[in-house]
Amino acid sequence: MSLDLTPFLLSFKLAFFTTVILLVIGIPFAWFLSSTKSRFKPVLEAISALPIVLPPSVLGFYLLVFLSQSSPVGRFFMEMFGVKLVFTFEGLVVASSIYSFPFMIQPLQNGFENVPKNIIESSYLSGKGKIETLFKVILPNMKTFLLTAVIITFAHTVGEFGVVLMVGGSIPGKTEVASVAIYDYVETLDYESAHIYSLIMLAISFTVLLFVYMFNEKQKKRFL
Amino acid sequence: MIKIDIQKKLHGSGGEMELICNFEIKQNDFLAISGPSGSGKTTLLRIIAGLEECKGEIVVENKVWQNKKIKLPPQKREVGFVFQDFALFPNMNVLENLLYVKKDKEFAHKLLKMAGLTELAKRYPNTLSGGQKQRVALCRALMRKPKILLMDEPFSALDPQMREKLQNDIAEFHNKFNLTTIMVSHSPSEIYRLANKMIVLNNGKIEKFSSPKELLLKTSGSAKFAFEGKIIDIVGVDVINIAIVSIANQIAEVVISKKEAKDLKIGDKVVVSSKAYNPLIRKI
Repeated sequence: MSLDLTPFLLSFKLAFFTTVILLVIGIPFAWFLSSTKSRFKPVLEAISALPIVLPPSVLGFYLLVFLSQSSPVGRFFMEMFGVKLVFTFEGLVVASSIYSFPFMIQPLQNGFENVPKNIIESSYLSGKGKIETLFKVILPNMKTFLLTAVIITFAHTVGEFGVVLMVGGSIPGKTEVASVAIYDYVETLDYESAHIYSLIMLAISFTVLLFVYMFNEKQKKRFL
Repeated sequence: MIKIDIQKKLHGSGGEMELICNFEIKQNDFLAISGPSGSGKTTLLRIIAGLEECKGEIVVENKVWQNKKIKLPPQKREVGFVFQDFALFPNMNVLENLLYVKKDKEFAHKLLKMAGLTELAKRYPNTLSGGQKQRVALCRALMRKPKILLMDEPFSALDPQMREKLQNDIAEFHNKFNLTTIMVSHSPSEIYRLANKMIVLNNGKIEKFSSPKELLLKTSGSAKFAFEGKIIDIVGVDVINIAIVSIANQIAEVVISKKEAKDLKIGDKVVVSSKAYNPLIRKI
């Protein structure tokens, strides 16, 4: 039997786009959360953490409703970019970005809160604005958090199942990512393929996590 | 001329209080701010730097840093700030810490040379001692060629030898660059050595504003020597009572009367003073 790697490629492509999008959105959002004194902060935090506790089916169902072309969001994407968001790869990216949102935000927010306030002030007192301070002082001093956020978001997106199944369906070569492919194999009683795919997933996940923990250990030693 | 006239409500450990400071200093002055903790010293420094909001006016050499209409952000105030705990950028080496402020390699090397740090230029902050870190922080604060150098208890995290070295550096920099310096400090010897003006802040108000010589040398009454200490024990030996007092790093025994023994208790803050005697001086 020849191994079809398309589902894995799709999984990684999806995880890559999701991580990049969330990084761009997540950095300003997490910075805002870490520095705001607004009384709406708990509300924002609760909303951004919802995907952790909601059953994927609930999230998937709502996303299906909101992203379909009969909804304003779906219509907006159709009219602006000519993109259909349900049962397409683009739709999966949008859904994954929402589903993995807290996994990017929470480490970043911890990271921002962990950077000593006085080195940020030192940068302002050196005549530097907020953007320069962010890129040259704050982000370089929260590397472990940044890496954790990126890896966990990536890994979590690779590992998601319920939401992608509902929003993407299982269209081979388009939306059938690895986790869904395994489900399909099990359903068709093709245990051999399911075993191979599962083993690959397990190996990749373990390697990624091992790498994160090893890097964090090294960073801790460097800065302490 | 630097004119400061500010008010700010503070929520200190002792409840609400108002910080009200109104004073002027001249260019090239070295002002020390002293006073009990929680009296608003650090807040005053942060207000001058633009790190905290307040009401009032700050004018530095005819340039308004703050009044009713204007409030310059820290970036636009030409200040150098030395934090108590250094606040160096951990991701940059010593030279990069300085160059981050201003890309002037020549000046950076000159400052490092003056502070005796040339050999450490490529080292990262986490490999430096406290004294070295604070000297780097001082050099970094000067990279902007500030109108005012602000220092928040720069010596407090250092051991005595390091203090000595840093004091020399500060004195040298202050004179060489014609700086106007404002320093929060608890240590009378440091204030006496470095400052020409001194403010004693208490509960948010200026209690005294004069020269360190006048404020520090003049002790109450006609006492020649007076040290603040804390009673750590009171013992009765035969017919006399002895108070064991901790003064700075020393423990001293002081004979007290029966009545005094009754009035004093362990933990009391006291002044131990002496009038007429010949102090002995010996090199150590």
